[in-house]
Amino acid sequence: MKVDRTELTWWERLYLPTLLNGFKVTLRHFFSWKRSEVYGDKQKGYAAKTTMQYPEEKWDVPTGYRGAPYLVKDVDDKTKCVSCQLCEFVCPPKAIRITPPGDSGVVDRDGAEKMPKEFEIDMLRCIYCGFCQEVCPEEAIYLLKDYAITGESREELVYDMEKLLALGGADKRAYDHHVQDGVGDGIKKWETKTREAGEQPKFH
Amino acid sequence: MLATITELFAEPWVLTLLKVVAVFAVVMPMVAYSVVAERRISAWIQDRVGPNRVGIPFTNIKLLGLGQPLADGLKSLVKEDFTPAHVRKAFYWMAPALVLVPSFVVLAVVPFGSMLGAQKMVIADLDVGILFTFGIVSLGVYGIVLAGYGSNSKYPFLGGIRATAQMISYEIAMGMAVVPVFMLVGDLNLSAVIDYQASGAWLVLKQPLAFAIFLIAIFAETNRLPFDLPESETELVAGYNTEYSSMRFALFFMGEYAAMIAGSALMVVLFCGGWTLPFGDFFNTPAQSLGQGLVHIGVFIAKIAMFLGLMIWIRWMLPRFRYDQLMNIGWKRFLPASLANIILTAIVLWVLPS
Repeated sequence: MKVDRTELTWWERLYLPTLLNGFKVTLRHFFSWKRSEVYGDKQKGYAAKTTMQYPEEKWDVPTGYRGAPYLVKDVDDKTKCVSCQLCEFVCPPKAIRITPPGDSGVVDRDGAEKMPKEFEIDMLRCIYCGFCQEVCPEEAIYLLKDYAITGESREELVYDMEKLLALGGADKRAYDHHVQDGVGDGIKKWETKTREAGEQPKFH
Repeated sequence: MLATITELFAEPWVLTLLKVVAVFAVVMPMVAYSVVAERRISAWIQDRVGPNRVGIPFTNIKLLGLGQPLADGLKSLVKEDFTPAHVRKAFYWMAPALVLVPSFVVLAVVPFGSMLGAQKMVIADLDVGILFTFGIVSLGVYGIVLAGYGSNSKYPFLGGIRATAQMISYEIAMGMAVVPVFMLVGDLNLSAVIDYQASGAWLVLKQPLAFAIFLIAIFAETNRLPFDLPESETELVAGYNTEYSSMRFALFFMGEYAAMIAGSALMVVLFCGGWTLPFGDFFNTPAQSLGQGLVHIGVFIAKIAMFLGLMIWIRWMLPRFRYDQLMNIGWKRFLPASLANIILTAIVLWVLPS
């Protein structure tokens, strides 16, 4: 590539035009307190510059964002997880540990043979890959919007089933969050998958 | 008891000591807050917010982030002071002090006010004030060169080498630039320079070219952008202070800002009338009362603050000069221009005898 090097006039070689231009640009930005377009209409109360004043203002987590994995309940507020341990098996960092119920399994809803005795996710190990959400046949685990997982000890960050269910809530929240997956009324992931598979070109 | 105290204050060294302590007590916070100013102003210029969190410790009062120096200082003090195995230890340990000390020594001869009571507001009223200043200012480069050499590693060494060449080139232009000032004043004492400006126009109006050269040379002397080649973090990691950590790095940092304050003080004294303001006798004659004396000191500090603001502003405005451009400007532009300025001033003084 040929670089066009124009000869500067003596006025330009004095550096003065550049200097004046620099004063102009820096002054304009110094006195501009416009908010960056990035934040849209959010938190207009902060008449600040581009910086997001983090703990006070937070960003809009986009739909489908892969945050912390939580267990969701069904519309009747019952546990959806049936302790199949697929997520435990697929989890790359082995952050999930499920204790199966054994013989004395109690079920709190119809259509389920068992539910886990204990379900733990170590949030320090989780890598937010979303494999557990993808593999779950019961649509019981979802990656929701939480991204700032903090605690004062390692033990505190191993979330047990009670906590995961409380944080996950009813599956309406998961439905809203993952609505872009193209599911209809309620989350029927496998119906969508079947439909998508049907739409694939057939070879014979 | 009272008699002893009165006697003690009659001793000249006691008052000098008091002035030294007072200057330190004013300059150290100025150094700390010019760092905060640098960070806030740079942030605003770049559409950011800057440090606005730290206020009074252990409370929720934020004070616009004015507690930041405390946090920074504490951080520097408690951080590990790491000495790499490969350094030349004597030079490595000496260098930060050698950067910091000259900047403070320069302030000894700067008249920072008119009078306070019967005391002249200058620590050492030297008759060779400006020669002393240039002598001390040029010592600052030793700290940087020793840091570069003593670190015994590539990037600091390059930074040190750059510092040598840069300082020498700009020292000469700077020295030449102020010669016309003293041709006009007829005295090397800095107090005399202020007296001259109090009775007439400020020298920035009489010697604009000298002022411009001096201002730019001060930028180069204090290693500020656009002339921060010894440090230039985008090319040399952090230049001469790459191998330094914790309090030793903080000393370099404080040295840079102390040098800025000393440079601004010199600019104010030489070209902008020192503690005077052209608004009547109250601001132009040596103080009779304590209040007037304090106002004069305030005026001086305000002028320094304005120059510090300018230096900070310029830093976020101009990109760094290339090494050959730096040398070009120093030797081919400023040196001839300052020499021509000397001759021109001499001719004017010869043709128009006062």
